[in-house]
Amino acid sequence: MGNITLKQVTKHFGETVVIPPLDLSIEDGEFVVFVGPSGCGKSTLLRLIAGLEDVTSGLVEIDGADATTLPPAKRKLAMVFQSYALYPHMSVRKNIAFPLKMADMDPAEITRKVEGAASVLNLTDYMERRPGQLSGGQRQRVAIGRAIVREPEAFLFDEPLSNLDAALRVNMRLEITELHQSLKTTMIYVTHDQVEAMTMADKIVVLQAGNIEQVGSPMELYHKPANVFVGGFIGSPKMNIITGPEAEKLGSHTIGIRPEHTMVSKEQGTWKGKVGVSEHLGSDTFLRVHVEGMDLFTVRAEGDVDLHHGDEVYLTPVMDRLHRFDKDGLAVR
Amino acid sequence: MATAHSKTAARFMISPAVVLLLAWMIVPLAMTIYFSFLRYSLMSPGEETFAGWDNYRYFLTDPAFFSAFTNTIVLVVGVLLITVVLGIALANLLDQPMWGQGIVRILVIAPFFVMPTVSALVWKNMFMDPVNGLFAHAAKALGLQPFEFLTHAPLASIIMIVSWQWLPFATLILLTAMQSLDQEQLEAAEMDGASWWRRFFYIVLPHLSRAITVVVLIQTIFLLSVFAEILVTTNGGPGTASTNITYLVYAQSLLQFDVGGGSAGGIVAVILANIVAIFLMRMIGKNLEA
Amino acid sequence: MARAVTNQRKLVVTVIAWSIGIAIFFPILWTFLTSFKTEAEAIASPPSFLFFEWTTENYTEVQSRSNYPLHFMNSVIISLGSTVLGLLIAIPAAWSMAFVPGKRTKDVLMWMLSTKMLPPVGVLIPIYLIFRDTGLLDTRTALVIVLTLINLPIIVWMLYTYFKEIPGEILEAARMDGATLWSEVIYVLTPMAVPGIASTLLLNVILAWNEAFWTLNLTAAKAAPLTAFIASYSSPEGLFYAKLSAASTMAIAPIVILGWFSQKQLVRGLTFGAVK
Repeated sequence: MGNITLKQVTKHFGETVVIPPLDLSIEDGEFVVFVGPSGCGKSTLLRLIAGLEDVTSGLVEIDGADATTLPPAKRKLAMVFQSYALYPHMSVRKNIAFPLKMADMDPAEITRKVEGAASVLNLTDYMERRPGQLSGGQRQRVAIGRAIVREPEAFLFDEPLSNLDAALRVNMRLEITELHQSLKTTMIYVTHDQVEAMTMADKIVVLQAGNIEQVGSPMELYHKPANVFVGGFIGSPKMNIITGPEAEKLGSHTIGIRPEHTMVSKEQGTWKGKVGVSEHLGSDTFLRVHVEGMDLFTVRAEGDVDLHHGDEVYLTPVMDRLHRFDKDGLAVR
Repeated sequence: MATAHSKTAARFMISPAVVLLLAWMIVPLAMTIYFSFLRYSLMSPGEETFAGWDNYRYFLTDPAFFSAFTNTIVLVVGVLLITVVLGIALANLLDQPMWGQGIVRILVIAPFFVMPTVSALVWKNMFMDPVNGLFAHAAKALGLQPFEFLTHAPLASIIMIVSWQWLPFATLILLTAMQSLDQEQLEAAEMDGASWWRRFFYIVLPHLSRAITVVVLIQTIFLLSVFAEILVTTNGGPGTASTNITYLVYAQSLLQFDVGGGSAGGIVAVILANIVAIFLMRMIGKNLEA
Repeated sequence: MARAVTNQRKLVVTVIAWSIGIAIFFPILWTFLTSFKTEAEAIASPPSFLFFEWTTENYTEVQSRSNYPLHFMNSVIISLGSTVLGLLIAIPAAWSMAFVPGKRTKDVLMWMLSTKMLPPVGVLIPIYLIFRDTGLLDTRTALVIVLTLINLPIIVWMLYTYFKEIPGEILEAARMDGATLWSEVIYVLTPMAVPGIASTLLLNVILAWNEAFWTLNLTAAKAAPLTAFIASYSSPEGLFYAKLSAASTMAIAPIVILGWFSQKQLVRGLTFGAVK
């Protein structure tokens, strides 16, 4: 069983408070993503769970038992690091076998498990190579292999895809998601990329400055962001945030409108503006529109819409998709 | 990670190194300072008397000190100039594509591994000797009078020998730094219309500045105490023409058995080295921190 | 992208570089060649370059007339001894500075480097007298002690820069993988540190082998390493060029060869990792 509970956990580095008191519970088998801008404390939170950092106060429970002071090795967790942290002097085979060897497992059993993991991860042909002779994607797979042979209660991933190129990142994203579906083990995944969070998570934890801003499924966060920060962070391109008189007219201090919830017309609409940059992606077109009294406004239009730099357009928000926030930035429901 | 326990263990692990170095610095240095205020000769032990500042007065007013002082500076600056300038030129050359680069590197680096006494003796006898040296043979072949290097230009000859020993070091370090220069920077400058000369001055040289600083620092440490080369070739002579401070202190204390005077000289050497060190550390600090 | 270079240009560079390389290497080459000449041929005018009668009698002569093996062994024992002793003291120190750095770590390192700035003449007399009074003058023990201390800062710095490069995440990974402190040291840290320790050893053996202030001042005969042995040729005996060359060749050959293998480490080691 891999449920993890944090109760009133805090972390200070000297005088600096990295994590103010925080509660979180993660259910067995869940894929949880910690997401937030860099420096928001998401990696620290993961390392607290891993036991690589000591909590300043509070409780970490793994599997219902108090694990607050347990050393990392005893927590039955496996971690995949951003740099992969492969042992450079060991072959792929030895890297994957290392945790089993540390557990004094029977050599025949080790071989069986290592071979098993290697074939799942397509590493069979590279078993005798050193990490230095592998590509980024292969190293990533070795790191995952080293984690899965232990059959841990939960996997911890610390920005595992940030060192890969864009195409490989998409592939590995799918592989990790599939791995989760076949293993059904708890996974905690740290990233600053909201696309990874949206596509992989069962549950997203949005963090800012050590605080949890919102916890929920990807769709909950998308449809019902708890505050301006979450609204702006989840969704691509970013939600348009409107304040001032135009927002007052719509009955709130701050209004959030997603680009995909705005209609564009050449003839009429609520706001009149001028097209700045237009990005034609084929499937969609993103228009950056200058509207008087507002910041640059992003709208999504059809892929073959015939609008270009300098054209005059009218924008109309879809009224039931508006997000209303009060002056503290909290959602008004 | 870093718990109180591991911090204590860490202190414990550093302490032998720190204690030994501290002892190595402080005990002999304190003794030298003490001796420097004594009238103390190795020839008549047990008759030490307090001498006040006499030893310092004698040492500093001795004409030999003045010439040793200038010789030390000329030696250090001369070798630094030669090795840095030639080192930059050689590093530039060795960085070009060529056949057998590895072998040329091995040839160029070799003198650094030759012990000082060997290089001094080989240069003194087999090259600079006015009768049988190779230079004398060459001069005779050209119908010239062989030049007596160690008699007529002792300091310059020593500078030459020491430069030969240290040029490889400078070259190797500058070459290593050169190889870390981003080729795209040079290409960008070329696209911007910079000539070869300007590319060297505005891109290559600034890139090398850190390496040059390191070369100057390390070499200065070693060059201030050049000893074996002088001992073996000229014994500091003729007169004091090739005596540096290190050699002067050695001669005073172990050849003339004047412990007091030698100690005063040693302290003067330490103070001078410290002045140089502060100067260097400032310069290095600026260059290394960045 | 590297550009194609015309072969003509490459040829010119090659010729110039080889000429300079050979010129710089020439004194060593000349010493080597002379060591195989007879004394008469060694001072012949004009000198013969390769076409002389090769003989090895100088080597046997040097061996039989002086106690060459003794001085060679002195060099080996002093340089290896001081390096190994230095490593034993420096490894724990560098280790803790690299992995448990404190606020003062940088200061301690700079201070250690600054001890190298202390000119040896400043402490020559007390050291000489201490060793004289304890009967250690002209013993290998004295030189091992002194060379350990003068090279200790360099050893600590070199090891520190190597240990620093072992990424912390790997140690954390080992901890996550269930390694105890002991197995972390045995299976992960040591294998990763061995190359660094080996090159530190190599470079310091070279430095100690060639050290020529303390070895000349603290030895007379019995403990004299090769530096001091060769210095004895500065007397009129040095006029026997062929024998001088043979002795010199034997004294420098092992270290020049070791040195060629350690060029890269030399740069890192002596620049304290400041130039890579």
